[in-house]
Amino acid sequence: MAALVLAQHSTSPAERLKDAAAVAFIALLLGIPMIGLTTVDQGGALRIATRWPTLCIFVGVCFAGRLLLRYAIDRLRARKQARERSAVSAPTVDQATSPLLTWIGWAALGISVALPMLFSENRYVVDTATTVLIYVMLGWGLNVVVGLAGLLDLGYVAFYAVGAYTYGLLSTQFGWGFWQALPLAGAVAASFGILLGWPTLRLRGDYLAIVTLGFGEIIRIILVNWTELSGGPNGIASIPRPSFFGLPFKPPGDDPTFASFFGLEFSTNHRIVFLYYLILALALLTNLFVSRMRKLPIGRAWEAIREDEIACKAMGINARNVKLSAFAIGAMLGGFAGVFFAARQGFISPESFTFNESAIILAIVVLGGMGSQLGVVLASLVLVLLPELGRDFAEYRMLLFGAAMILIMIWKPGGILSHREPTLRYRADGGRR
Amino acid sequence: MALALQQLINGLTLGAVYGLIAIGYTMVYGIIGMINFAHGDIYMVSAFIAVTVFTLLASFGISSVPLSLLVVLLVAVFFTSIYGWTVERTAYRPLRGSTRLAPLISAIGMSIFLQNMVQLTQGARVKPVAPVLVGGIDILTIDGFTVRLAYSQVLIVVVTVALMAGFTWLITKTSFGRQQRSCEQDRTMTALLGINVDRTISLTFMLGAALAAVAGVMVTVYYGVVDFFIGFVAGIKAFTAAVLGGIGSLPGAMLGGLLIGLIEAFWAAYLSAEYKDVATFTILILVLMFRPSGLLGRPEVEKV
Amino acid sequence: MSAPPPLLSVERLTMRFGGLLAIDDLSLDVAARKITGVIGPNGAGKTTFFNCLTGFYKPTVGSVRLNHPQRGVLRLEQLASHQVARSAQVVRTFQNIRLFPQMTVLENLIVAQHNALQHASRFSLAGLLGLPGYRRAEAAAMDKAVGWLQRLGLLDKADTAAGALPYGMQRRIEIARALCVDPLLLCLDEPAAGLNPRESSELNELLKHLASVEGIAILLIEHDMSVVMNVSDHICVLNYGRKIAEGTPADIQKDPNVIKAYLGEEDADELRADEMRTDAPTDPEAVR
Repeated sequence: MAALVLAQHSTSPAERLKDAAAVAFIALLLGIPMIGLTTVDQGGALRIATRWPTLCIFVGVCFAGRLLLRYAIDRLRARKQARERSAVSAPTVDQATSPLLTWIGWAALGISVALPMLFSENRYVVDTATTVLIYVMLGWGLNVVVGLAGLLDLGYVAFYAVGAYTYGLLSTQFGWGFWQALPLAGAVAASFGILLGWPTLRLRGDYLAIVTLGFGEIIRIILVNWTELSGGPNGIASIPRPSFFGLPFKPPGDDPTFASFFGLEFSTNHRIVFLYYLILALALLTNLFVSRMRKLPIGRAWEAIREDEIACKAMGINARNVKLSAFAIGAMLGGFAGVFFAARQGFISPESFTFNESAIILAIVVLGGMGSQLGVVLASLVLVLLPELGRDFAEYRMLLFGAAMILIMIWKPGGILSHREPTLRYRADGGRR
Repeated sequence: MALALQQLINGLTLGAVYGLIAIGYTMVYGIIGMINFAHGDIYMVSAFIAVTVFTLLASFGISSVPLSLLVVLLVAVFFTSIYGWTVERTAYRPLRGSTRLAPLISAIGMSIFLQNMVQLTQGARVKPVAPVLVGGIDILTIDGFTVRLAYSQVLIVVVTVALMAGFTWLITKTSFGRQQRSCEQDRTMTALLGINVDRTISLTFMLGAALAAVAGVMVTVYYGVVDFFIGFVAGIKAFTAAVLGGIGSLPGAMLGGLLIGLIEAFWAAYLSAEYKDVATFTILILVLMFRPSGLLGRPEVEKV
Repeated sequence: MSAPPPLLSVERLTMRFGGLLAIDDLSLDVAARKITGVIGPNGAGKTTFFNCLTGFYKPTVGSVRLNHPQRGVLRLEQLASHQVARSAQVVRTFQNIRLFPQMTVLENLIVAQHNALQHASRFSLAGLLGLPGYRRAEAAAMDKAVGWLQRLGLLDKADTAAGALPYGMQRRIEIARALCVDPLLLCLDEPAAGLNPRESSELNELLKHLASVEGIAILLIEHDMSVVMNVSDHICVLNYGRKIAEGTPADIQKDPNVIKAYLGEEDADELRADEMRTDAPTDPEAVR
C-alpha cells in the first residue's frame, strides 16, 4: 500500500529503481519488528520466534510491486496528458442515469427474489444471503448518515444493538411480538440518535466521529455490566422468532401453524425462507424510503450540508436540525435491522456489537461508494462471502478492508460506484441535445 | 485516606501515559487539523515492539534493568517513529486538500489495518511479559492498608517529566519547534518562507509516534500484558485528554492526561470499576458540549 | 419631506478578536431598494462586517436592526445565522464562493428554497406520499429557480454539477441561489472578483435591475471600482475597522481620507481610479 501512495514524478528507469529500493527499505524497517520477529507463548513465558524468510518475501514483494506500480502510473499519466492535449476543451457532459447500472440493479433484485426458490433445499445459501441482506440494510441506513449527510458515525452498531436489545427485552419480558416491537425499537434507536446527536452535531465533523466511537463503546460496556437489564455477557436467550402473521413456524400441534394452515408438510426451511423474505422486504423498504427521502427537501438538505454547511446556514437552513434528522433516521434504520437480527438469531449478547462490527458497516458504505445504493449491495456481498471462501480470507478480511478504505479515499473518494444522480432535472433527457 | 493516596499515585501514573499519547493527537491536530485515529494503534504497535525486545534481551541473558529499559526505549522509539512516518505518508499526505470526510475515513482505515496487521503477525492472544521492574516503596500504612509506590510508577513519572521538559525545549527553543509552530499558524505562509512543510509535518508525526512509543513501553513495564486492542481504548482516552486540555495546546494535553488519569483512578476506586471507561466518554461529551475549546485551548472562530 | 426609514441600521458595531479590533464603532444605514457599497483596503474589516450582519459572528458591542415590512424590527445580532436568512431575509454570498459543488445548478437553487419546501412537505410525510400540496410547492420552487436561471443566463447549465462550471459562472450561480431565498437585503461579498470586463458589466446591469425593478436592497463589498462607483447609490469606506468616509460615489472619489487610506500619504496625488482596484481573495480574514 505504501508503494502506491509514494508516487512522485519521475520516469527514468534508474530513478524508478532507486525509488523502489527506498520503498523496500522502509518495508524492511517496518517489517523487522512485526514480521521478522514475534513472540510465542510457551507455558506462560514468551519466547522469540523469527520469520526472516517471510520478511524477505514481503520486502521483495514491496520492491517489485512498487516498481511495477510506478511504471504503470507513469504510463497512465503520459497517456492521460497526451489525451488532454489532443482533446479540444472537453465539454462538461451532463450524465444521465447509466442504463447499465439500472439493469444490474433490476437483475440483482430479480435474483434476490428468486434465490430461495433456486436453492430451496440449500439452507446454507439462504442463510448466508440473509446475512448479506442484514449488512445491506445496515449499509443503506448508515449511508444516510455518512454518504448523504457526510457525518462520520463510528458507533453505528450501537443503534443496531439498541434495536436488538429493545426487541429482546420487550419480547422476553413483556411478550411483545415482532411486528409490535419493530416500530417501537426503531423509535427508541432514533431517540438514542437524537440524544447523542443533539450535543455533538454542532461541533466539527471529527469530534462527532470520536464521540460516536465512544458512544458505541459505552453502549457495549453497559450491556456487559448491567446484568439485571441485559443479562450481561450472557446476553438474552430464547427470543421468540417472528411468526407469519400470527402463524408460528412450529411442528404441527394444537394451534394452527404455518405448515398446517397452508397444508404443507412441516419443514424447518420454511422459517429460513420466511426470514429471508422478511429481511429482503425490510431492506427494500429501506431502500425505497431512503431514495424517496433523498428527493425531498430534507434529503437535498442532507447533501447540501455535506457539501457546505456554512452555505446552508446562509440559505436559512437550520444545519443542526438537518444533521439531527439524518442521524436519527440512520439510527432508526439501524434499530430496525437490530430487531430483525435479534428475531433471527433468537439470542443476542454484547459480543455481536463490537467496534469491529461498526467498522465493517462503515467499510461497506465507504467501499460501495458513499451515497450509492447498488455499491452497498456489492460491498456487502464481497464482505460476507470473502470469509466463506476459506479461513485465510476470513483472517485477512479486515486487514484488506482497512487497506482498501485508505486506497479508495486516495484513488476515488466517492467510492467505486460514485456516480451521483441529481434529485431533479430541468430537462428530462439530462441535457443531452 | 490511604486509598485516596494510593489512587492519587495510580492516577498520576496513568495520567502521565495518557498525556504522552495525547500530545501526539494535539500536535497532529494543530498542524493538519485532523484527528489521527490511528495514533492509538501506533501506541499499541510500540507496546508490541517493547514485548519483543524485552523477550529478545532476556534470551540474550541481559539482566541489567536500566540497560534493557534503555535499549527497549530506543528500539521502540526508532521503529515506532517509522510507523508514524509511514502512516502520514500513505494515509494522510495524499489526501491533503481532499474533502473533509476523506482523511477521517482513511485514518479509520489505517487504524483497522494496523490492528489487524498486529493481530495477524503477532497473534490475537494477550502477551504476558516477564516482570521487568519489580518492587516498590511502602510509603505509609493506615488501618492495615499500605500505600505503595511501585518502582515502575516512579519510572513512568520520571521519564514523563524528563520527556516533557525536553519536548518543551524542542518546541519553544529549537528551529524545528519554530517551524512546527509556524506550520500550525499558517501552512501557506510557512511554505512561502522556504520551509519544507511536508518535512515538518512528517517530523511532527514521527515525534508524536515517538512519545506514544515511550508510553507503549511504559505501559508494557507497568501492566505486563499487551494485546492488539489496547490502542483503541487508550486512543479514545488520550484523545479525551487532548480535548479536555484544549486540542492544539501542548501543556493542555499533559494537563488533560493527568486529569483523565486521576478521574479514572478515583472513579474506579470509589464509584465503579466496570464503568470507568464510561466516565471518560461522558467527560468527553460534556467537555465538547460546554467547553469545546478545553481548559487551555483558544476558542475556535469559524472561518466564513 | 422626511426620508423613509432605513431598511437596516447598524449602530456602534464593534467586533474584537482577542487583541485585534476588527470593527471599531461602526454605524451605518442601508436604504431599501438601494445599492450601498462597502469598500476599503484589504483587512479593513469588510467581510467581518458581513459576518456580524448575517449571524456568523456575534459582535462584541453594538446592534443591527432590520425594519422588516411584515415582521417589524428584528435584531440581527441576536439571531443565529440561519435565522438571519430565514426570518429577516438577509442573504449573503461569500468571497470565496460556497456552492454545493457536486449538486447541479438547479439543485443548488432548490436547496435555497428549503424552508418553504420543507414546510410544504409536512415533515416529509406529504412529500413521501407525493400529496398534491407538496407537488404544487415543488413546481413553484422549480419555476422560481428556472426564472432566476433564465434571468442570469444560466438555464442551459441547469443540470450540470455546480462545481464543474467556470469561476465567473459560479459567482452568478451563487447570486441566483441567494435570490431564491427572496432576500430583502442581499449582501454580496466581492461578486466581481475574478470576472472579466464583459462579465463585470453584466453584473452591473444585474445589480441595478435587482435594486430598481425587484426592489431588493443590496450591500456590496467590492474592490472593482468600475463596479462600485458605477452602481452604488451610497458608499461607505472602512479602514482598520473604522468608517472613514461615507457618501455618494462622487463624494468618495474626492475624499482625501479615502485617497490616503488607499495610497498612503505620499502617493496620494497620483490617485487614479483603476489603482484602487486590488485583487480580491488575498484578504487575510478570508484566507482559509
